[in-house]
Amino acid sequence: MTDTSRRKLILGGLAVAAGAAGLDVAARLAEKYGLIPPDHGGIYGPGETLNYAFQRVFARHALAREFPPSMISPRPFPNEIAPPSDAFKRLQAGGFADWRLTIDGLVDRPAAFSLDQLRSFPRNSQITEVSCEEGWSYVAQWTGVRLSHVLNLAGVRPRARYVVYFSIEPDWWDSIDIDEAMHPQTFLTYGMNDNDLPVGNGGPLRMRVPRQLGYKSVKFITHLTVTDDIKGFGKGLGSAAPEGGYAWYAGV
Amino acid sequence: MATLQPAQAPLGADASISAASVPRADFRSRHAALVRITHWIFALCFFALLVTGIEILISHPRFYWGETGNDLTKPWLQIPIPSSRNLVPTGYGYVLPDENGWSRALHFEAAWVVVFTGLLYAIFGFFAGHFRKNLLPTGSDLSWRSFSAAIGNHLRFRRPPQHEAWSYNVLQRLAYLFVIFILFPLIVWTGLAMSPTFTAAFPSSAILLGGKQTARTIHFLASIALVLFLVVHILMIALAGFWRRTRAMITGRVHPAGSPMERP
Repeated sequence: MTDTSRRKLILGGLAVAAGAAGLDVAARLAEKYGLIPPDHGGIYGPGETLNYAFQRVFARHALAREFPPSMISPRPFPNEIAPPSDAFKRLQAGGFADWRLTIDGLVDRPAAFSLDQLRSFPRNSQITEVSCEEGWSYVAQWTGVRLSHVLNLAGVRPRARYVVYFSIEPDWWDSIDIDEAMHPQTFLTYGMNDNDLPVGNGGPLRMRVPRQLGYKSVKFITHLTVTDDIKGFGKGLGSAAPEGGYAWYAGV
Repeated sequence: MATLQPAQAPLGADASISAASVPRADFRSRHAALVRITHWIFALCFFALLVTGIEILISHPRFYWGETGNDLTKPWLQIPIPSSRNLVPTGYGYVLPDENGWSRALHFEAAWVVVFTGLLYAIFGFFAGHFRKNLLPTGSDLSWRSFSAAIGNHLRFRRPPQHEAWSYNVLQRLAYLFVIFILFPLIVWTGLAMSPTFTAAFPSSAILLGGKQTARTIHFLASIALVLFLVVHILMIALAGFWRRTRAMITGRVHPAGSPMERP
């Protein structure tokens, strides 16, 4: 073995060791600062993790674009939904008077709110865009209460990391990290374009997460759970979306 | 040879003797190692991005200008193919299976690889002189005579002269520069301008283009341009000697025409 090749070998070995140590440090830092999504495993895990980590570093507090009233889409597109369940139809027949939003998990005061109670909370509006992963989009004015307001009423405990939210329809649930949940544009939405939120667009109550793709804005919300461990829900991937092959983090 | 004393032989004597016995070309690298490695990473990623891009397109094969567009608005362009979504008015009586989940995941993952590889390539291109020496047209290239000669040779599908195995002609240089400095940045930019969180942090990325749907439409048109480039690229390689040029991009070596190494 010549001197040159020995030197190359030693340098190469050191570079590999430094690279491995660097990756390990990066992984620890990423975990500490909440840059690893629940669906970080598998062959697409690195891509999902880069998407999430990049946006959490560069856009943690950024506000979704808001538009002037003149840009509201004349016909807000109601995407296809499964036929409503009997539970939904019963509540609909009663004018949603008995609709309840329950909150439990890592909160000091588990609660259940009616739609009237939610409407009595500070009312906020935003003119933002729904962007579907398929490619289409529309702009609407969304009215509701900030999710952070409701979470603060219930008293979120410091170690909370995710808010999991459930539709009344079976197998339809999702979750967001606590930053997204406390974000001022994340709404529990009950109104659209100065009217009640139509059923086709998620009425009577829709989670609105305008910084992420449309599928994170789950329709017909009845239940919130605050947690520090997402592994306990479904297959532990953070929501129903990754179980169907879709990314948990949809801010892309 | 007899006069050369062994003690006086220079250190590199062995190499210089064997260099004389084989064509000099074997010792000059046609493409730098970094260019060859990044070329094949790009090729692999382009294939992944194209296939997954088509899958994603199938879920909404309609294009619009401006900020918004959906099944209730008039498209600028509707690709006449069936869709993987029920509500898209395609005119076909059936719906294709939904492949968006893995397609989107692979699309973004391949895009990350392309961006990192692209940065590496750009740093190399600027600092090692690759862009200046190999891609920037030379002064004489830009004359009308040189242009018309190059265009004429291409139109007649003439096999390129031997010296072109060692450099790029003016049309090649301009095509590569267009892809590297126009299409590549454009397709990354328009991709990012569709992201709801990226545009939250950098709203001008979408506003400067004229809106999210405009970004999506340009992303599509740029991908068409890249496919056209790929078709011409492969056609030209076939014309110049497919295996010879492909081998040069893998090993870096050029074998002269007519040598036993020319054919696979």
